[in-house]
Amino acid sequence: MIVPATWYMLLAAGLFVIGTIGALTRRNGISIFLSIELMLNAVNLLLIAYSRQLGDLTGQVIVFFVLAVAAAEAAVGLALFIAIFRHGHTIDVNRMNLMRW
Amino acid sequence: MELFVFSLFALGALVSALAVVSHRNPVYATMSLVVTLVCVAALFLMLGAPFIATLQVLIYTGAIVVLFLFVIMLLNIQREEHSAPSGGAQRWAAILMGFVLAGLLFGLFWRAHAGAEIQPLTEDQVSLTRLARLLFTEYMLPFQAIGLLLLAAVVAATVLARRPDGRITAPGEESK
Amino acid sequence: MSPQQIQTVGMVATLAVWVVFMLQVTPIMVWIERRGAAMMQDRPGPNRVGPLGLFQSLADALKFMFKESIVPEGADKPLFLMAPLLALIPALTTYTVIPLGPAIQVAGQRIGLTVVPADTGVLLLLALSSLGIYSLIIAGYSSNSKYSLFGALRASAQMISYELALTLAVVAVLLPVGSLRLDEVVTYQQTRHLWNCVPQALGLFVFIIASFAETNRAPFDLPEAESELVAGYHTEYGGMKFALFFMGEYMAMAALSALAATLYFGGWTVPGVDLFKVGDWIATLPLLGKVPGPIWTGLIAALVLFTKVFIALLFFVWVRWSFPRYRFDQLLRLGWKVLLPLSIVNLLLIAVLTLKGVL
Repeated sequence: MIVPATWYMLLAAGLFVIGTIGALTRRNGISIFLSIELMLNAVNLLLIAYSRQLGDLTGQVIVFFVLAVAAAEAAVGLALFIAIFRHGHTIDVNRMNLMRW
Repeated sequence: MELFVFSLFALGALVSALAVVSHRNPVYATMSLVVTLVCVAALFLMLGAPFIATLQVLIYTGAIVVLFLFVIMLLNIQREEHSAPSGGAQRWAAILMGFVLAGLLFGLFWRAHAGAEIQPLTEDQVSLTRLARLLFTEYMLPFQAIGLLLLAAVVAATVLARRPDGRITAPGEESK
Repeated sequence: MSPQQIQTVGMVATLAVWVVFMLQVTPIMVWIERRGAAMMQDRPGPNRVGPLGLFQSLADALKFMFKESIVPEGADKPLFLMAPLLALIPALTTYTVIPLGPAIQVAGQRIGLTVVPADTGVLLLLALSSLGIYSLIIAGYSSNSKYSLFGALRASAQMISYELALTLAVVAVLLPVGSLRLDEVVTYQQTRHLWNCVPQALGLFVFIIASFAETNRAPFDLPEAESELVAGYHTEYGGMKFALFFMGEYMAMAALSALAATLYFGGWTVPGVDLFKVGDWIATLPLLGKVPGPIWTGLIAALVLFTKVFIALLFFVWVRWSFPRYRFDQLLRLGWKVLLPLSIVNLLLIAVLTLKGVL
């Protein structure tokens, strides 16, 4: 039997929710970043599932761009973390509160 | 057979995703992310996107996660403590909202495509030529824009990761 | 047997040939390395164990198997034990897209001699070999030792830097061919009766240097040099775990050599010789005629490819004992400021020539 594309979409939704929970509950900046990458992957899976469902290759092209953007975002984000760490010697997001009231 | 392979990789992706968001040691979380990414790449392959699956392994697991591991080691990030000062309520609220979101999304996708039939994959649908043609004709502008974006990201990352006095440290010298 | 079954048998046979080859590369290379080094340094080398020291690899393997398995105190045990296994992943998967020979006709079916004849050929190989970085990083991190950590960081930074130049050199080869599949690269070289090493000489130059750096071989072996970092990322590993790292390194060398042979030196082809005729001739011989001609063709083609791989491996050994080691900052400078621009220039050159219709 061919696995219906709907199942892939449900799996993507599950991964997205897991990633969201991770991004909201973790204290470590790098761990939040990992959860964000998980969310991006879930969205990629959803796009490919739709591309399969609708028979249109546009979904794959969009995933191609999402991959590139994720790479750029990871590079810049991690460089930011390095800079923040140098300044405050911590990655804990609860302690990065210089701009709070 | 396809059902078995799908459930294998789907389960692998879900379990390792849970490990990513819950493991206290950042290196273990990163390696779990690698497992998730490989499972998702296998699912891409099953959905008829071999090029994207290969790119996923090449870019995501081969470069991005390596970058994560580098930073974790350079900054010597330790295991995370268990709960933040106001952590308890915040965590449970997040998990509850996660379930609500899951319910919403599941309901949405189920209603949209519950009984939808899909045709078996054809040679044409997985062809690299068709994807490449699309990429270089219809989506040429975003393609070039992505190139510029990556250039900007490289420059930004280099500038941000520099020391304040302008020197660039080699790997292993970070702790000075 | 149904057509599907014949195809499966063909694929399994090709896989078996590759696996046997990959597993035998390490023992053979150990002997070649030690005797070759000795020859270049004007000393005998291992000559006690068997004639010409040929059983030295066997003795080494037995030694590795009987050594005590030590996990350093404070080391992250699961990761420590997992790292050598990760070293084998690229070694045991990258060869699957390299064609062993031409498509042969067996029992009425056309069997291509590639384990995974994917459209994304070379990209798959590059993706799988980029997974090799994990074993370095995890080994260095989990060893709880400063030598290991620094060695791992340096080795992985080196691998990433040269991966780019390698990929661009490979892309330049694929541009005139118009396909990512390696069997089409071989067919392209065969129909033009010109191996790619001639028009793509600059690309070959970049590829050779980049593959030395990719496999952490001299003169780019600073991360594992004895005089610098004890043994780099595998300082704390002994016995069978070290043997796995060792094997992984040699298998990666063999895979990259096979890729170089396929991309630049015609793969399984021999200039001027039609392997099908050779196979058919062998099938006419009395004893060997039991096996049909096309299978002989496949075997001979595989033999030709493996010969080229061994010549490349000999070159690896030759270079190791001829040049001094690069310092790490010189290494990174070479990768980013010299090889990367060179590979881009090569790509531009090949692109212009392809547009003009020359290639």
